[in-house]
Amino acid sequence: MSEATNELGNTSKTGLKKVRRIPPELSILLVLIGIALIFEVMGWYVVGDSFLANKQRLSIIVLQVAVTGIIAVGVTQVIITGGVDLSSGSMVGFIAMVVASFAQTSLNARAVFLQPEYAQFGLSWFIDSSPLWPILVGILLGAFLGYLNGLVIAKTGIPPFIATLGMMVSARGLAKWYTEGQPVALLNENFTWLGQSFNLWGFPVPRTVIVFFIVAIICHVALSYTRYGKFTYAIGANPQAARVSGIDIGKHLIKVYAVAGLLSGLAGVMLAARAQSGQPNMGISFELDAIAAAVIGGASLTGGVGRITGTVIGTIILGVVTSGFTFLKVGAYYQEIVKGAIIVAAVVIDVYRQRKKSRA
Amino acid sequence: MARSQVISPQTMQAVRNSGAVAQSEYLLEVKDVRKEFPGVVALDNVELRLRRGTVHALMGENGAGKSTLMKILAGIYTPDSGIFRLRGQEIRLKNPLDALENGIAMIHQELNLMAPMTVSENIWIGREPSGRFGLIDHAEMNRRTEALFERLGIEIDPEIRVGKLSVANRQMVEIAKAVSFDSDVLIMDEPTSALTDKEVSHLFRIIRSLKADGKGIIYITHKMNELFEIADEVSVFRDGKYIATHNSVDVTRDDIIRMMVGREITQMFPKEAATIGDIVLSVRDLTLNGIFKDVSFDLRAGEVLGFAGLVGSGRSNVAETIFGVTPANAGTIELFGKQVVVSSPSVAMRHGMAFLTEDRKETGCFLLLDIQENAQMAVLQQRYVRFGFVQQEKLRKEADEMANRLRVRTPDMAEPIINLSGGNQQKVLICRWLMTNPRILILDEPTRGIDVGAKAEIHRLISQLAGQGVAIIMISSEMPEVLGMSDRVVVLHEGRVTGILDRAEADQVKIMELASR
Repeated sequence: MSEATNELGNTSKTGLKKVRRIPPELSILLVLIGIALIFEVMGWYVVGDSFLANKQRLSIIVLQVAVTGIIAVGVTQVIITGGVDLSSGSMVGFIAMVVASFAQTSLNARAVFLQPEYAQFGLSWFIDSSPLWPILVGILLGAFLGYLNGLVIAKTGIPPFIATLGMMVSARGLAKWYTEGQPVALLNENFTWLGQSFNLWGFPVPRTVIVFFIVAIICHVALSYTRYGKFTYAIGANPQAARVSGIDIGKHLIKVYAVAGLLSGLAGVMLAARAQSGQPNMGISFELDAIAAAVIGGASLTGGVGRITGTVIGTIILGVVTSGFTFLKVGAYYQEIVKGAIIVAAVVIDVYRQRKKSRA
Repeated sequence: MARSQVISPQTMQAVRNSGAVAQSEYLLEVKDVRKEFPGVVALDNVELRLRRGTVHALMGENGAGKSTLMKILAGIYTPDSGIFRLRGQEIRLKNPLDALENGIAMIHQELNLMAPMTVSENIWIGREPSGRFGLIDHAEMNRRTEALFERLGIEIDPEIRVGKLSVANRQMVEIAKAVSFDSDVLIMDEPTSALTDKEVSHLFRIIRSLKADGKGIIYITHKMNELFEIADEVSVFRDGKYIATHNSVDVTRDDIIRMMVGREITQMFPKEAATIGDIVLSVRDLTLNGIFKDVSFDLRAGEVLGFAGLVGSGRSNVAETIFGVTPANAGTIELFGKQVVVSSPSVAMRHGMAFLTEDRKETGCFLLLDIQENAQMAVLQQRYVRFGFVQQEKLRKEADEMANRLRVRTPDMAEPIINLSGGNQQKVLICRWLMTNPRILILDEPTRGIDVGAKAEIHRLISQLAGQGVAIIMISSEMPEVLGMSDRVVVLHEGRVTGILDRAEADQVKIMELASR
């Protein structure tokens, strides 16, 4: 291949025919449209109703994956560096608990911070306080746990799989330890507002979805147009070359894992607001859905490849599949079985497509 | 694979030799081979004829189509059209296994061995002798390996893990593996690019014994002296076209260069005199435990300082330490008169250093990224970033200018770098470092594995940069390059500086003496 394509001309200004590049997201988008259309047709055929022409359903499709989507945007960046983050789901659980405890109202006599072991530190001040506190605490705690992930990986050189596996187990333990397994309920309305929908031209739009899209846009810009993004791709594409090019790999990895952690924290905030509570088993297996979304969206687990736009589409594919099956009244167990197959199939198609391209 | 077990290699050989199959003058005859890739004709009706018991060298600039043809012969690519006759019989190769069963084996430039497995396991993988209960008979496998090695004069323990072997020994294992298929045609793609002189002569001994066995060997190389030493015939390709075939005794080095480039290259190493300025880099007693010790030298602005020494002498390690890739255990580095602890490449870059590494693939290119990204990666440390945002337009302009100056051959800077030839990849990496405006440039094997034309261009560029006052360290295994380009030559042997020679007193003999004493 390398022998073949170089003698195209003498300089880059020879006016040679440039090969038109199709953005890789396009094929994933086509998969999404294809799946949606299949459900549409099956919908008319099986239940005699339209799948897509339903405002409520369209907003639910995205709503149910928005939290996973926020995590997926973070894990995509980790995957681009050639790593993986398994801790996000447990972090969501733990952070949702902590966030909820900062957002409780005094209506709840059993509020966490009213208990003597917390009240003695003056934490009861947060009861009925501004919703900014739980949001800030959630994001910072997430960033801190992500920073720990990055620190362990950068300083000890152990594989990210192991480091984040450890965090996954510990964070789940923290979530259960925090209230000894009790849910944290009765939250401030100013806070739960965040998890509600608002009306836009007759469409019910969940705020979580807005947060998801804003996060995706910011991270897309960061990956495409900033030095942070360039270094992220470089490290995944060839760590040794990145090092020789003067990139401090350890420092950069810590940043990327901290960003992923921050987004897990934000996901925990949104989930607590939407569920109006924190529960220790929240977010179980979210990390796998997030990784699946990234991979369906074209990210490569070997690093160097992946885009936020692809991940967003991958996330929506997961949402469409779940809603579609529910719409067709397929049982929950079958849904999971088929969902697994779809994840594998999506990646197989992509791998096949890549191979065909490189063989061409 | 099953088929080759039913018919043993010996039987196959007997059938081949019995004359039951029509004998032809040529062992392998290839005609009118055409292969197109999107946007480019890689092979335009080329031909090649290989006689039994000869070494047939295949030469041409990078991108001439040599590797493409070899990959077709090894069953990796399928040709668009072409006639292939093996031992007079027409064949069609559908996949690499097909090629092996037909007796064509390729020894790849990038070795394809499994490092955690033993030498024996690597050679016989998929063809392991089975003993009782269908389990693998390791003893028998090792015996076969030993017999094979004895035939080839290789001394390697069959039970050692391949990961522990030197590059040269891995190469030997690859060759033994190819021979174990009882292949008639062996394709070697630049087999000596990572070997020392001693190892090369061992390889040549093996090649000669294979010749004596009646095998045909296609030998791709960029090195002229090897051609005259080992090859019987030579074919030259240029731009995907077949140019000519000659007996190697009938042609001169200049004839071949002329055929390869289609033009005369009068001066290969055009180092022009440059004004030598102040000392910019001063290294004293630099030590990296177990690798090199007490290395001291000075480098001046406008000077090209050659680093010579055998593979394993520590040349590249010294460069890596100066650039902060592997920080030193002891000794001092003074840059522009100030002592600096070079603890990482970014420190080195802040002090105006740049480092083109030896291994394009491993430590140079970001193969997944495009040319533009590859070219701009180092300069992003220093410039063209405002509030974290990359100033892509300015970068694009500068990279484009630099690429034009170095004559990178590509239609588009957005092309993935993996689609470029080795020489053009190297030019992109040089772009990467020149964009940082270095004052000290370390080049480790800047012309390894690249074609004659690109080589001359790189030499001209080095000369030009020295003229502008850039201080250059050039590490090279090619003696003519070191002698032609350097103002002074530092010679290393087993991790120590054994001499520093001025341009006037440096010659091949002196350097070899210092490098091998």
